[in-house]
Amino acid sequence: MANATTHTPANRGFLEKSGRYGGIFSWIFSTDHKRIGLLYFWCIVAFFLIGSLLGALIRLELFAPGRTIMGAQTYNAAFTLHGVIMIFLFIIPSVPAAFGNMILPLQLGARDVSFPRLNLFSWWLYVIGAAMAVTALFTGGGPPDTGWTFYVPYSVGTTANVSLAAIAVFILGFSSILTGLNFITTIHRLRTKGLGWGRLPLFVWTLYATAWIQLLATPILGITVVLLFVERVLGTGLFDPSLGGDPIMFQHLFWIYSHPAVYIMVLPAMGVISEIIPVFARKPAFGYKAMVISSLAIAFAGSLVWAHHMYTSGMSDTAVMIFSLLTFLVAIPSAIKVFNWLATMYKGSILLDPPMLYALSFILLFSIGGLTGLVLGSAATDVSVHDTHFVVGHFHYTMFGGTGMAFFGAMHYWLPKIYGRMYNKKIATIAWVTIFVGINVVYMSMMVVGVQGMPRRYYDYLPEFTALNRVSTCGAWVLVTGLLMMFVNIFYGTFRGKSVGSNPWGGATLEWTVSSPPPPENFEEEPVVTHGPYDFKKAGVV
Amino acid sequence: MTKHEHIVSYKTIITVWLLLLVLTGVTVGASRIDLGALNIWVALGIAATKSSLVISIFMHMKYESPVFKLFLLIALSVLAIFVGLTLIDVLYR
Repeated sequence: MANATTHTPANRGFLEKSGRYGGIFSWIFSTDHKRIGLLYFWCIVAFFLIGSLLGALIRLELFAPGRTIMGAQTYNAAFTLHGVIMIFLFIIPSVPAAFGNMILPLQLGARDVSFPRLNLFSWWLYVIGAAMAVTALFTGGGPPDTGWTFYVPYSVGTTANVSLAAIAVFILGFSSILTGLNFITTIHRLRTKGLGWGRLPLFVWTLYATAWIQLLATPILGITVVLLFVERVLGTGLFDPSLGGDPIMFQHLFWIYSHPAVYIMVLPAMGVISEIIPVFARKPAFGYKAMVISSLAIAFAGSLVWAHHMYTSGMSDTAVMIFSLLTFLVAIPSAIKVFNWLATMYKGSILLDPPMLYALSFILLFSIGGLTGLVLGSAATDVSVHDTHFVVGHFHYTMFGGTGMAFFGAMHYWLPKIYGRMYNKKIATIAWVTIFVGINVVYMSMMVVGVQGMPRRYYDYLPEFTALNRVSTCGAWVLVTGLLMMFVNIFYGTFRGKSVGSNPWGGATLEWTVSSPPPPENFEEEPVVTHGPYDFKKAGVV
Repeated sequence: MTKHEHIVSYKTIITVWLLLLVLTGVTVGASRIDLGALNIWVALGIAATKSSLVISIFMHMKYESPVFKLFLLIALSVLAIFVGLTLIDVLYR
């Protein structure tokens, strides 16, 4: 696979494509997977910045006991909004919708996804859902204040605008389902010649496993929010014990989706790490088959553990025991991945470029998140720390330290391919150090203060928790500084950075064989794959 | 995409329709008898039989390629597991 020529600024691949529409319409009505990927990317980044701002404000409020910058009701709305934005508008679509769209067809040697128009429709659904979620803040009885979980009975009784937010989540869910359907079909039908299942890049495998979860679990979220809506509007009593309903059933329905959703968030992130590590260790991925099987095993086993969020809800002890056991089983395929990443790096010629730094920090931070997850997966210890700041620290380690870092890693790894320009690596490295320090200070303090007994979602706290809350808030300032530095650098690099060739990192997968930015139809002629995805020697890039 | 047109006979369609009507009657009848913990299994059993008939005959899954049948089986198995694990809580509470 020979390297193609670099596009000059006058010939900017798909970015220059002149179609039926011009200007903004050439983007929002484009069916090109790369353009749709970029639409998702910039929307997701915008929502991430809004969510981060809210997170920083929440931390500022918790700087001292009592009122600091906002009232209690505003605080409830702020953490609900922070959760809804970060979960539904940032993390869930982050890697699969943005980088999956940009990179999947390129890695498969395809011209586009199987259903390009459906792909554009998915993005529109995402935008409509997002717009409705934002509208819910300023209409009806005020911004939703239930937390992102919409638990009954509070969500049924509150006068806040929960109904519109629930419909928004329903629409966002459909966006996710359609993307999953598109990816499954694309991976089955559009692999180029020679690209058998055993030669698929690991990122593709994780997108495949994720797409199945999106397809099978997301409809249950749709049903759940519809039932909540019906309950609020008609008062049917589905979750009301006095009318024969069951409030715990809501929690089951909610988590049947929302726990597998954790793997929608983290599996593609693991795929990103599995791409970055072999390239920057200059070694083939260790245990390819084990990595593939572990991706599928995480998708399957991860779908069976939802009720570990409900140990203290009053569900049966039998269920607590069984879900605890199942939860521990998920640790096995996750650990296989961690060990295989480490084995890939063993005796490799490691290059510490920014994507690799993010990948390395993913392994550490995700492991901390995963291991503290076992504390919560074990029913006995969970009862003590349930609904404390320990839980908040734990899931931020997995979601931000895990998926967030992988998203940033993917940004530094693939945006030079997509835009054909390189960011400033020195600033990227400084930003990475700042973010890494910030994350650990914010969330480690939260976990400690949680073990000490500080509940989550409380507006006020006892004076003995002040010191660690202050440390955590200071960490948030460090984190925000790092994030700003990173995004400004990426933004500047994307539009003003130095031009790069087709393969700036020496990757062996198909996306590195086309020019940067890729041509509108991806490949001049149908590529033929003659080697594995991490066979750098046969690819001629060693 | 495979191109095939399978025409189901009126006899089959009407037989399935009558079966669905009978099963609907059974659903209504079963709801009036209290079988304790078996209530849920009977209701789900009848619903599963009815949906199988609709999917296989009316939606032509019976005549599709094995890969589609496999995908459907995966989806239904996952749903069955979701329901089953939820029942571990509900039935043992």
